[in-house]
Amino acid sequence: MEVLQLLVYGVVLGSILTLGAIGVSMIFGILRFAHFAHGDMMTLGAYFGLVFVAGAGISPLAALPLAMGLTAGVAIVVDQTIYRRLRRTQPVILLISSFGIALALRSLIQLVWGPNSEVYRSGIQIPHRVFGLVVKPDHLWIVCGAVGLVVAVHLFLTRTKMGKAMRAMSDNMDLALVTGIPAERVIMGTWVLGGAMAAAAGVFLGMDTRLHPTIGWGVLLPVFAAAILGGIGKPYGAIAGGMVIGIAMELSTLVLEPTYKPAVAFAIMVAMLVVRPSGLFGGRT
Amino acid sequence: MEGLIGYGVFFLTMAGIYAVLTLGLNLQWGFTGQFNIGVAGFFAVGAYTSAIVTAPDSAAHLGGFGLPFPIGVAAAAVMSGLAAVAVGWGTMRLRTDYLAIATIGIAEIIRHVLKNEDWLTNGVRGIPGIPRPVETELGLLGVVIGFVILVYLLIERARKSPWGRVLRAIRENENAVMASGKDVADFRLQAFVVGSAIMGLGGALYAHFTAFISPEAFDPLYGTFLIWVMLIAGGSGNNKGALLGTLVIWIVWSGSEILTSRLPVEYVTQAGALRVLLIGVILQVILLYRPEGLLPEERPRLGRPGDG
Repeated sequence: MEVLQLLVYGVVLGSILTLGAIGVSMIFGILRFAHFAHGDMMTLGAYFGLVFVAGAGISPLAALPLAMGLTAGVAIVVDQTIYRRLRRTQPVILLISSFGIALALRSLIQLVWGPNSEVYRSGIQIPHRVFGLVVKPDHLWIVCGAVGLVVAVHLFLTRTKMGKAMRAMSDNMDLALVTGIPAERVIMGTWVLGGAMAAAAGVFLGMDTRLHPTIGWGVLLPVFAAAILGGIGKPYGAIAGGMVIGIAMELSTLVLEPTYKPAVAFAIMVAMLVVRPSGLFGGRT
Repeated sequence: MEGLIGYGVFFLTMAGIYAVLTLGLNLQWGFTGQFNIGVAGFFAVGAYTSAIVTAPDSAAHLGGFGLPFPIGVAAAAVMSGLAAVAVGWGTMRLRTDYLAIATIGIAEIIRHVLKNEDWLTNGVRGIPGIPRPVETELGLLGVVIGFVILVYLLIERARKSPWGRVLRAIRENENAVMASGKDVADFRLQAFVVGSAIMGLGGALYAHFTAFISPEAFDPLYGTFLIWVMLIAGGSGNNKGALLGTLVIWIVWSGSEILTSRLPVEYVTQAGALRVLLIGVILQVILLYRPEGLLPEERPRLGRPGDG
């Protein structure tokens, strides 16, 4: 029974990691660098959600689209003012820059909202009991929300011109550019997608526990692990990777202290890098 | 006046410790192009190793060996080097982005271990009473400066050696180096391990200087980010630049603390965030407008036919 209960938590965590990993995977695939500010972008999304939840008194789910839009906007601004101008050099310079952006975003969040924990809603939720399993209503919303967003991403990537262009650039950059895909527009689209998904992951993280300026940074490593496990540049791989990492992290609490959950993600990631660096679904290395 | 001199000594000692870390990073990033974003982890392993090896017996944490300072420093370098082997072994054949992710992973895990394994490290309460090799503050400054000079000469020698040339060649064109029959992954691992061992040495110096260590000090912000900004500001690949960058960024960082300490108490945490933001902005400005740093790397002059 305990295992089943942990599986429930694992699916919730996996849903959140998946949303983060989709962005990391696409950015890595198209812009060729590991985006270290992704965790703090999630945090930013969570706090944008808080503005509407606390300010307008709406539910976190209603605030979700607004938080996603604002965070996508911030991602575009950061890209246009900084990353775009560094793109001419080696991709690894972007990596350093994104590390700096991560800390700058976090300190901005601390300046605006303070260093203490916040919650969307105080009070205790009455959990549902399904076949002896404890399921909080928020857990259901998180998983349903994540499934809805993943389906939306799927439709976007397969049915729209922009989505197809993104997949093409991620699969084979040179070939895509030769066919006349407008690279700068696709890159902006990638930031909108990555920023919006990061914000959703952040809001869900905030719903699951509480908001803190380091919540995003805390899951950055599992998010990278999920993206690598699924294969870089493979958004569908990110879903599988997110679920595997999320469930493995929660199941590990049977034998390990909960604080070592990120270490489990790390171990799976390193094992994958040694055995098959292209990931489960043959992404890029 | 005495307070001012005291502060000056403290300031220079900390700058010296950071200089050791920056020189270690220069070997990895500046020469070889390796992205170690877990400097804090190797820094912490060195500090804790030396502390445990030399500290007097205590019920609160592993220890009681009471060994002398030089052995503590040597053990610190060895342990950090071993940690580097563990991280580097799987990732040396891959793009450096993967090394970056792996190193940040190991640094976070080390921080969790330091916080949670009380029997080993006394958890968040830290290890007090780490013995100092010399009694006076000025003497300690002398010891630290001695180590800075030693590490500088060592790395400068390495830079000019055939070994250093292979490292820089790997950074510039990996395939060409492979084509000339060098084992690229092996050379990378060597550079990574030596660089990390130097960071461990820096950690040992830090532990003996402050005489007290706790996981707080090895936050990615202080342990990794500042060191990266120091190296990039000074000039990656140039050892003199690494030293200059350390001094300049340390002046900015400490100076901003003096300014923000004048703010009322209720703004203390906010002020800390403001200082981090300042350093983050400085990094972006350097990357955009002077990516080669204050002292750019000296490129070897190409010999013309007929020269020497």
